[in-house]
Amino acid sequence: MSQKLRNRIGRLPTYLILLGAMVVALFPIVLIFFNSFKERKAIFNSPLMPPLPDTFSLIGYEKVLLRSNFDLYFLNSLIVTLAAMALILFTGSMAAYALSEYRFRGDTFVGLYLALGIMIPIKLGTVSILRLMVTLQLVNTLAALVLVYTAMGLPLTIFILTQFMRQVPREMKEAARIDGASEYRIYRLILPLVRPAIASVAVFTMIPIWNDLWFPLILAPGEKTKTVTLGAQQFLGQFVTDWNAVLSSLALAMLPILILYVLFSKQLIRGLTAGSGK
Amino acid sequence: MPGAPNRAVGSKRFRTHILVFLLPATLIYTVFMVYPLFDSMRLSLFTADSAGRETFTGLQNYVTLLTDDLWAPRFWGALKNNFVFFVIHMVVQNSIGLMLAALLTSRSVRGVGFFRTVFFMPAMLSFVIVGFVWQLILSPLWGVAEGILSAVGLEQLFAPWLGLESSALNALSLISVWQFIGIPMMLFYAVLISIPYELIEACIVDGASAWRIFWHIKFPLIFPTVGSIFILTFVGNFNAFDLVYTTQGATGAPNYSTDLMGTLFYRTFFGQQLQLGNPTMGATVATMMFFVILIGVLIYTFVFQRRVESYEL
Repeated sequence: MSQKLRNRIGRLPTYLILLGAMVVALFPIVLIFFNSFKERKAIFNSPLMPPLPDTFSLIGYEKVLLRSNFDLYFLNSLIVTLAAMALILFTGSMAAYALSEYRFRGDTFVGLYLALGIMIPIKLGTVSILRLMVTLQLVNTLAALVLVYTAMGLPLTIFILTQFMRQVPREMKEAARIDGASEYRIYRLILPLVRPAIASVAVFTMIPIWNDLWFPLILAPGEKTKTVTLGAQQFLGQFVTDWNAVLSSLALAMLPILILYVLFSKQLIRGLTAGSGK
Repeated sequence: MPGAPNRAVGSKRFRTHILVFLLPATLIYTVFMVYPLFDSMRLSLFTADSAGRETFTGLQNYVTLLTDDLWAPRFWGALKNNFVFFVIHMVVQNSIGLMLAALLTSRSVRGVGFFRTVFFMPAMLSFVIVGFVWQLILSPLWGVAEGILSAVGLEQLFAPWLGLESSALNALSLISVWQFIGIPMMLFYAVLISIPYELIEACIVDGASAWRIFWHIKFPLIFPTVGSIFILTFVGNFNAFDLVYTTQGATGAPNYSTDLMGTLFYRTFFGQQLQLGNPTMGATVATMMFFVILIGVLIYTFVFQRRVESYEL
């Protein structure tokens, strides 16, 4: 055997293990998608088979879309996630800019104060958050969710963006100042330079917000304000024995996030490992 | 030089722009995160009667939580369950994650990006989905898990794990590990990949065995990563609610065996069929959770941060 061939064979166990792990990772997801398109008999008789022409059926999806307000839930999730993200990025980038650019009395304190939120889960204050929302008359509103999620996402966002903004070269900013640009203008100037960081931060603050069950359950459980995650959870609880509907609703709930993920996976992974490169 | 102080020469004017930049974020953060946290702690020192009037009772709530016959078993039970949950995570996550990362860094593997994307995918899903999917797979009614096991001849091993008191917590822990394995794997990978190959090569030339290379070079470098994973998992586990709520309900069925601090918290302050909501006790549970997390952070700081030396690579 040639050395090259021997090398190739030597790599086999590695690939086998990796492929095996891949199967374990993807199997549940694929299984759900396959079976969501099958008729009831086929789901039970041959669960591991992909939907074939004679077993293909959309009955699950019909039931889900007709019997529940999935489109409303989806819209709610979208509004909350996008609004929170916009708020986080806008206010967070400004704060990060201030922290990275200026020295002022108490600047370390402010930095630490904002960074504490990274370690402490916001959920712990829920009792008081609920009371606050009742006082502000924001219970069962999407606004309540947006505000809470913004507070949740700010610490990490500010922390990461500050690191990135510190690396923008001074000369550019000084030159702009000499030219008479206001500080706000300079902020707008450097924003495009940290775009990759902003993209990464956007992606991984977005996902926990979309997937969150806790706050919609506690702050906005009303029918009009349900998010997709809450809606799916309750729908699944109701129709546990209706396998078609269950599988289709799971598939529907998975789809938006998976699509987003496939599109943005690079940014996401880059963003997550950026901090650990220290 | 980046990061050098920006001092306008001889200027004493108040730099309003700093305030403008910082204020919105700090305001939202303070009102919706910091204030509620402190207010919760304040609440835990009070007791509310049925009319909603609150009276200051000092540390009474804590004493009740830790010793009272009605509360204590649930509290200590949930704490113990969280601990088991955490240990299973750390052991399985780190070992499998490290192994996968090591495999991915061996020079001969192609398609690393593809594998990374794949392994990360489960982490994208919400707990609702993960919980239900696995519930279906493990369900004795559907028989997928049973079918797979019998295909390998291991039929006897099958049991309705999620429904049994003895195995429910372990099963849930493993499901959670399945979901998040991508994260430790990615973190290990990032560290391992940054080790210059020349270093490894030099050691091989010097006659070092693979084991020695691992122990003396790779391990010290991944130790801080283990630290990051420790603290991420610790805080994350304490938050764990969604998975249990979705699969076992707010009581951590069967028989509280999967009751975590998160579900205890929810049950206490929000209430459910078997008990009325009690905001002050809920605040007490939350404050206890806060202190446990604080302990975890301290452990992290002293065990992991202190021992880290910077390796110039």
